[in-house]
Amino acid sequence: MSEKIATREAYGSALAEFGAKYENLVVFDADLAEATKTIKFKKAFPERFFDCGIAEGNMMSVAAGVAATGKIPFVSSFAMFSAGRAFEQVRNSVGYPHLNVKIGATHAGISVGEDGATHQCLEDIALMRSIPGMTIINPADAVEARLAVEAAINFDGPVYMRFGRLAIPVIFDENYKFEIGKGVKLIDGSDVTIVATGLMVHEAITAAEILKNEGISARVINIATIKPLDCEIILDAAKETGAVVTAEEHNIIGGLGSAVCELLGEKMPTPVLRVGTSDVFGRSGKVPPLLEMYGLTAANIVAKAKEVIKLKK
Amino acid sequence: MQQTNTFLAEQARKIRIGIIEGVYRAASGHPGGSLSIADLMAYLYFEEMNIEPSEPKKADRDRFVLSKGHAAPALYSTLANRGYFPVDDLKSLRQIDSYLQGHPDMKGTPGVDMSTGSLGLGISAACGMALSAKVSNDSYRVYSVIGDGESEEGQVWEAAMFAAHYKLDNLCVFLDYNGLQIDGTVADVIGPAPFKEKFEAFGWNAIEIDGHDFDAIRNAAASARECKGKPTVVIMKTVKGRGVSFMENQVSWHGSAPKEEQYKLALEELGA
Repeated sequence: MSEKIATREAYGSALAEFGAKYENLVVFDADLAEATKTIKFKKAFPERFFDCGIAEGNMMSVAAGVAATGKIPFVSSFAMFSAGRAFEQVRNSVGYPHLNVKIGATHAGISVGEDGATHQCLEDIALMRSIPGMTIINPADAVEARLAVEAAINFDGPVYMRFGRLAIPVIFDENYKFEIGKGVKLIDGSDVTIVATGLMVHEAITAAEILKNEGISARVINIATIKPLDCEIILDAAKETGAVVTAEEHNIIGGLGSAVCELLGEKMPTPVLRVGTSDVFGRSGKVPPLLEMYGLTAANIVAKAKEVIKLKK
Repeated sequence: MQQTNTFLAEQARKIRIGIIEGVYRAASGHPGGSLSIADLMAYLYFEEMNIEPSEPKKADRDRFVLSKGHAAPALYSTLANRGYFPVDDLKSLRQIDSYLQGHPDMKGTPGVDMSTGSLGLGISAACGMALSAKVSNDSYRVYSVIGDGESEEGQVWEAAMFAAHYKLDNLCVFLDYNGLQIDGTVADVIGPAPFKEKFEAFGWNAIEIDGHDFDAIRNAAASARECKGKPTVVIMKTVKGRGVSFMENQVSWHGSAPKEEQYKLALEELGA
């Protein structure tokens, strides 16, 4: 668990690795290849890498055209510009015709750090969830990121993949199995369930350990695929533990927390508290203090878990 | 295969009838900018493009992207008259149980190569198709139609940069310069001209023609095929509403449907 790798690093490495196996893979970037790590694919397969310059809207629609001819395009930029700037192109060029475009969005969330609010995308999951037929994957570590890339290649349809800038702990080993649409129970528990995604999965595991020492049994579920949501694993957890905390590096509006509340509200009303940014913009700063300031920590998950248990009937 | 201009004019006439038929039955749609490209559509689908209506997804076919997607009635009428689906189905345009959506839907309509409608997006998708052909050394060509008003979208110029940078000489874009958009003349609204100089500055082979002259269209398409290392834009001076006298050069016919009397008059003028 000591090794730390950013999921964007794993993404770039995976593209370079799978580029050999999948000859119809084509990669696009918008002048951020060094940052998104698609540079690794560019070095390995320069004839299948295309820089679009700083023109994300065009890039997204170009990728739609490429997908319409049967190739598998990966398009990369920061989450802010992939899901934000190019939202309408994702919706109309990719989503509406359900084209086989894979969006590798990096620098998602507040862990971008010093660049501040304009680059810290905390709305991308909400935006992508609102597009019919869009699959959204937010890996928890480098191992899952690599597996998610290959799963996305073998999946027919548009996929939005969310990667981070920050080096985060590697949680999984080589035996980890990833399947699109399947949540994974990492720790069993009976008093409360923590449903986490992305870099908050590691915090959730830490929180469960803290809670265990205080005599509280917390279940931890990793939801990498936010859409389509693994309803079964969440409904089972709600039924068996009676209280849920969600944890994500995203606005509490429109992301994983919302998805879980929508599901439980309709199928199994259960107390839920959401950990995430609370409808505010980010700001510049070093990452650990930023995560602290916005409550994206194991400590906050622990506090919310104790609170939500009190709401149980 | 080269056709006579008389043959192409006859196809264009039928395409125009289909446009009027569809828009009238739908009681909505965009006749003006559909009629202005009818001659080009007849040329592309009956002479220029390598296509097979019985096999709309044929891998090596030439592609067509109607970037100005609101001219869908022109595309549908062309496809129907070319044999992709029954001409009678044009009457179902925009109806709730029809596969002929208000703007082109590649998932539902045989022969539609890309879903379009939101302006500026189609030309980029056409660039993607052309680039894809380059990547795998495929010989198909890609054709696209953009509007003059559409050229006010920044994405058109992002695509223009992209196509020139990647030397997409298998891409030929036709610009329907009919001079009118919803709020008035394009010159009055925001003035995107001059087009030729702009596209040349972006690195394109730019040709200006009369968009209702089949010889001019034919020569421009030939020039595009012969031009190596650059994409081609054919700036076609056209008449919005062309072929129906009372619709010609009238901005009010951008997005409104004819009433019954106007419908009958239009069909009469088109010799239906």
